Order: sequence, then structure tokens, then C-alpha cells
Amino acid sequence: MASPEDLSGQPAPLYEARKGVYPKAVNGPFRRFKWAIMAVTLVIYYGTPWIRWDRGPYAPDQAVLVDLANRRFYMFQIEIWPHEFYYVAGLLIMAGIGLFLVTSAVGRAWCGYACPQTVWTDLFQHVDRLIDGDRNAQVRLANGPWTAEKLAKRVIKYGIYLAIAFWTGGAWIMYFADAPTLTADFWTGQAALVAYGTVAVLTATTFILGGFMREQVCVYMCPWPRIQTAMMDEKSLLVTYKDWRGEPRGSVKKAQAHPGGFGDCIDCNQCVAVCPTGIDIREGPQIGCITCALCIDACDRAMAQVGRPRGLIDYCTLDDAATEKAGGTGQPIRKTLLRPRTLIYFGVWTAIGAAMLFSLGERTRLDLAVQHERSPLFVQLSDGHIRNNYTLKLRNMETRPRRVAVSVSGLPGAVLWTDSGSREKAGQRIELALPADSVTSVKLFVAAPAIGPARQDFTIGTRGLDGDPRGDSDIIQFDRPEAGQ
Amino acid sequence: MADLKQRIDEATGTSTVGHEWDGIEELDTPMPRWWLWTFYATIVWGLAYVVLYPAWPMVDSATKGVLGWSSRGDLAKEMAADAKRRAPTVNAIAATAITDLPAEPELMQAAVQGGGAAFRVHCVQCHGAGGAGVKNLYPSLTDDDWLWGGDLATIEYTVTHGIRNPDHKATRTSLMPAFGRDGILEAAQIGDVVSFVRTISRQEKASASSVRGAALFADNCAVCHGAGGEGGRQVGAPKLTDAIWLYGGDRDSLTATITQPRNGVMPRWGGRLDPVTIKMLAAYVYSLGGGEKGLAPVAEGAGADGQP
Repeated sequence: MASPEDLSGQPAPLYEARKGVYPKAVNGPFRRFKWAIMAVTLVIYYGTPWIRWDRGPYAPDQAVLVDLANRRFYMFQIEIWPHEFYYVAGLLIMAGIGLFLVTSAVGRAWCGYACPQTVWTDLFQHVDRLIDGDRNAQVRLANGPWTAEKLAKRVIKYGIYLAIAFWTGGAWIMYFADAPTLTADFWTGQAALVAYGTVAVLTATTFILGGFMREQVCVYMCPWPRIQTAMMDEKSLLVTYKDWRGEPRGSVKKAQAHPGGFGDCIDCNQCVAVCPTGIDIREGPQIGCITCALCIDACDRAMAQVGRPRGLIDYCTLDDAATEKAGGTGQPIRKTLLRPRTLIYFGVWTAIGAAMLFSLGERTRLDLAVQHERSPLFVQLSDGHIRNNYTLKLRNMETRPRRVAVSVSGLPGAVLWTDSGSREKAGQRIELALPADSVTSVKLFVAAPAIGPARQDFTIGTRGLDGDPRGDSDIIQFDRPEAGQ
Repeated sequence: MADLKQRIDEATGTSTVGHEWDGIEELDTPMPRWWLWTFYATIVWGLAYVVLYPAWPMVDSATKGVLGWSSRGDLAKEMAADAKRRAPTVNAIAATAITDLPAEPELMQAAVQGGGAAFRVHCVQCHGAGGAGVKNLYPSLTDDDWLWGGDLATIEYTVTHGIRNPDHKATRTSLMPAFGRDGILEAAQIGDVVSFVRTISRQEKASASSVRGAALFADNCAVCHGAGGEGGRQVGAPKLTDAIWLYGGDRDSLTATITQPRNGVMPRWGGRLDPVTIKMLAAYVYSLGGGEKGLAPVAEGAGADGQP
């Protein structure tokens, strides 16, 4: 048969009009696992903003909060300030390496189970089954004429779609403000315009992507399949149709009529019927396969019914496929998962996580940044001393007011005072009170004898005076006039 | 060209303009309707603009326009709006005596900021962007040595009335005699005075010259600079015992100063700047780090929110 390409001399179009996909309900271990993942991810997504976490009077009481207005990120007892954004960078790196790890071990597990597109598509497909019935009823309804029943079912179904989509968009904004307050404000019309805008956009995208585009997103829009394919090797677990066992296909009847002439596949098409992306896994590995393994559940049930061993469609590596084809048996799953590549990924992933946890535990909540006043660089005092001026930025990142000591080292004979005191009160150490959860700017004067190098590095350090003695320090330059100036 | 005659083109039904070159004729196609309306609209717009806004140049100015709009008026409005916005702060500063400013940290901070802006317009030309002054010309405002006094009120007075400002009675004034130029002291005597001054500022050891200079100093200089060279604020006579020398503390510079004193001049800003601006300037200069007293001694640690 001539393909369109042959007839026109042009490549076949890269996009095909969407064919309806009406996946059949299926039950089995992978379906139950998918249910569990779905429940966990949805509960996390919708529920997290409502967890309270008492941080005292100076900080919000929401456990997970991205406070853009005040530039704070709260996650349980961890509080991230903008200059600590490297923790977020670390999380992103961990997510990336985690993806390498999971993909190299079990293929596109992210796609099949945890990806929001998969989770919401699954949710919407359950709505389809709830309203329209299972696969056959759905197909009948879709192809049938517009009756009052069809209209009513469509209205109800899209209504539920919309409700889910709205709830999804609404849950998103809860991460950026106090959830109970925002909910009240939202319904009384007092929330920020950006809140309504965000909800509207996310409702629309959820409604369209989850309700209608579904597998189109995975096949045409999403870059992950392309990237993930590059992370897999011949030892990654893939959903595989064991054609050496199944082919040639034939119904049970045919197989009985010609014993030995047919493989195990009874051509019942259940694997195609249950596929949420509408592909036929028996055509081999393909980009439309998100490895959700529902076809394994379907096939195993069919095999059980005709009394043949399970696993005609199963998770299988390319190496094992070759071995089994040749008549051998594949590696045990433990060996497949624990191999150098996955162990190295896991090691790197763990190391980054451990380093971040360590630095989280060690980080000071009393941060100091010093800026040297450059106009003028130094001031000659009447007693011959040289004074340099600095601006201290003291970040008290704890949610309580703190008292700290500021002192200098490495600059012999130096005294310091701030613009709230005078030189008569200067000393080698000054004490400051810092308000809770804030950045305090202090003008610091440092005077030192004129005898010394024209440029000298010294240290300005802070130390907590109440409880936690840890502080921060900064090395900065002290300038003197050049000799003869 | 006289035989141009228009005719209707059969194919299009449009009249021709009457030219013909080798059988090629030009159609007299009218401008598109939308184009014409746009064109008419621009004419109406232009006429309306001329009536409403300043447009027509006359001999010494332009027509005013019935709306009375002008870019200067816009600026004045913006300035007025800004003045209104700042009014509460400015009024509060105006109502507060300058010596009371440090007790109100927010007002003081506002004054320092406003003064900084004014300083960058009126003062940096001489005293430099950071107030560090220029050696041999303009004193540094950042150190702890003040010719006329460095507390808030004194700085405010100095800025208001200037220094040795001609034609102003209240100006700070004093004139060091030109001991060399006017022949009051011989060159050798000036050398002796220099020795003495450098001795009391601990730049030289006592010598026969400095002993001779001590007597000369007592006779000629102590009136203003004090018996021990400690300076005299009431006449702006610098302290001669410290390390700060506006015109240099080496022998040559001191000799030159005594021979032909410099008697620096600063314009008065009262009358040119309003009293609030001057008050803010004084607060800013005071905040540069060299201010004297005035600040109530703050318990260490208090006021740590960065407020002065």
C-alpha cells in the first residue's frame, strides 16, 4: 500500500488529528499502585498549604509557604532567605539526578505514575467512567447523536471537570499566602488580582490539558519523553510485549484447532483497550508509552482466564529481552536495579542531599555583609588616627529579636562605634539589638593608628549574645593614606 | 499638453487622467475611502490641537492654547505634588529645633537624606562627593576637627551665613594677618614660629629656633590660636596641636600660610536655600561622621535598628 508520503512526495504530516481514547477500567497490582500514587500526590498537592506550623509572633504559621512579598520561603522548620537560594538550586539538582536515577532503573516511571499530567488525566478519565460508563458506553455516547441524555451527561461531566480544574488552580495560590485568610479573601472579592488571574489560568489549563488534550500533551508537547529516552540504557526496565512468546497471535479457538501453531497472545486487544494513551504495546517500544503498566494488569488477567502464565506483557530490560528470546532467563530484578550506574546516581544524589542537610544544620541565622564606604576611602582624625567607614547589613534570620556583639580582629589598636554612639563610647566591641526576622543597616566607624600598611585586610565579626553564640564574619579592607601623603 | 482629454476606461469604468504614452494610460483611481477619512481626521486633529495647545509662534512667545497647558506647568504640578507628598516631613523638620532632631530618629533620617540630596547639588563642588574636602582649599567635613564648631546648631549657622562672605553682617569672619607680606615678621622670625608650631604639634623636637618662636607666638598668634595653639572657635582659628592641617603642616606650607594667609571663603546659603533645606544640610554634614556632641549619649546597643 502506498503511504501518503509516496503519493505526495512530501513527508507525512507530523501531527495527526486526535483519535478518541476511551481506556477501559482495569484492576491489578499496577492499577492499585497507580491509585496509591495518585492519592498521595493529590493529598500532598491539595492539603499541604493547610498544614499549620507555629513560628511565633514574627513569622507566618503556614508550614509550607512561598512568601514572595516578603521574600521568604518557609518549609516546616526551614526558612530560606533570598541569598540562600542555593538550597533551591540544590533541590533542583537533586530532582535532576533523581530523574536520572529513577529513569535509568525503571524507565519512565515518572511519566506513568507521578507526572501531574498523568495524575490529572487519570482523574478525569475516572470522571468519564463515572458519568458516561466504561469504554464501550463512552464510545457509543461519543459516536451517537446528540440526545437529551448525552447533553445532560456532557454538561455534568464538563461541570465536574471544571470543578476539579478550579480546585486545582485554587490550591496552587494557597502556597503563596496564608491559606485560610486567602480563601476568605478570595470568596469575598478581596484577594489580589494576581490570585484571581492565577486561578483562572490554572483552571483553564487544567480543564483543557487534563480534560481534552490528555495524551496529546505527552506525545506532542512534553519534552520529557525525548530527554528520558536519552537516560535509559539496555538495562532499564521497560514495559515490553514479549513477542517471542506471544506471536503468532491467535484466539483460544484457533489455538485449540492448531495446537502448537500459535503463541500465547490470544489477540483479545485488552492491552490496547486499557491504554490511557491509546497505543498498541505489541508494536514495540514507542514514544506514546508512558509505562503506566495498565496493559500488564489487563494482559495478566486475560492470561489467568485462559490458564496461561502471566507476564506476556511485563517490565523487562532490553538485555533480558534478548536473553529470553534466545531461550534463557533474565536477570533477577534486584540485579537489574542494583547496578553500577544506578548506584552511582544514588550515591551522588545522597551526597548532595546529605551536604544540604549538613549545611542547613550548620548555617548561621545571623548573617553579616560589610560594605566599605569609598567616598572618602579614609578620614584623618585630629589625634592622628585613621578612620574608615563601613555599612553593615545584619540579617537576623530568626523569628525573635536578638542581641549581638560586633567586633574586629586583625587590626591592631582599632576601635569601633556606630552612628548612634560617639567616639568617646568607642570600644573594641559594640553591642547591637536586632529586630526579629529583618535586615538591619548600621553605619560602622572603625578608627586605627595611622602607622600601618596602606591597605590592610581585617575581619569584622558578629556573635550572638543570647543563646546561640554563632555568628558570621566578613573580611574587609582598611585603607590608610600612602606614606608621604 | 493642451489636448489632454479625459475619458472613461471601458474595462474598469474609471476615468483616466488624460496622459498617454505609447498607448499606456493612467487611471484616475480615487484614494481609498479609509485613507481619505484618516487624512481628514488628521486635519481636524491638527486644527483642534492648534486651538487647544500652544502651537503658533508669535513675535515673542507662542499662542497659549485654550487649555492653558504648558510643559512648565506640568513640571510645576509635579513639583507641587511632590512638595505636598513631602510636606508632612518637611513641616515636621521645620517645626523641630535642629538640636532636637537626633531625639526623633525618623525625622533625623529624613533630614539626613534630604540634606544628602541638597549636598550633592550645592556643596560637592568644593567639599567633594563624600565631604572629604580638598587639601589646601576646602576643609574636610568628615573628620573630627572643626574650625567653627561641629555641633548641629553651629553647622546650621555656618551654612546659613557662610564664612567671610562679603556684604553679610552675620557671616563668620576673621582675618589672619599677612605676617610676611605686610612685614610684621621677618623671614627668620617666621621660621622660628614655624619651628614652634611644629614642636607643639609634635612634628619636631624643641630647638633654639622653637624657643625663639614661642615668644613670637605668644605675642602675635596666641590671641587667636590660644596660648598653647589649641585654636579658637569664636574666630575660626584652627587648632595647631592636632594632626589635621588644611593647608599643610610641613615647614614650607606653614611658612607660606604665615607669610600670606589663605582666609578661606564660603558663600552664605541663607536666602538662597530655604531654612528647612539648610537644616537638612546641617544634619547631613553632621552625619558624615565628624559631628560633635549633640547626640545624646546612647546606651550601647540601643538604637541598633540603624537609625541615627
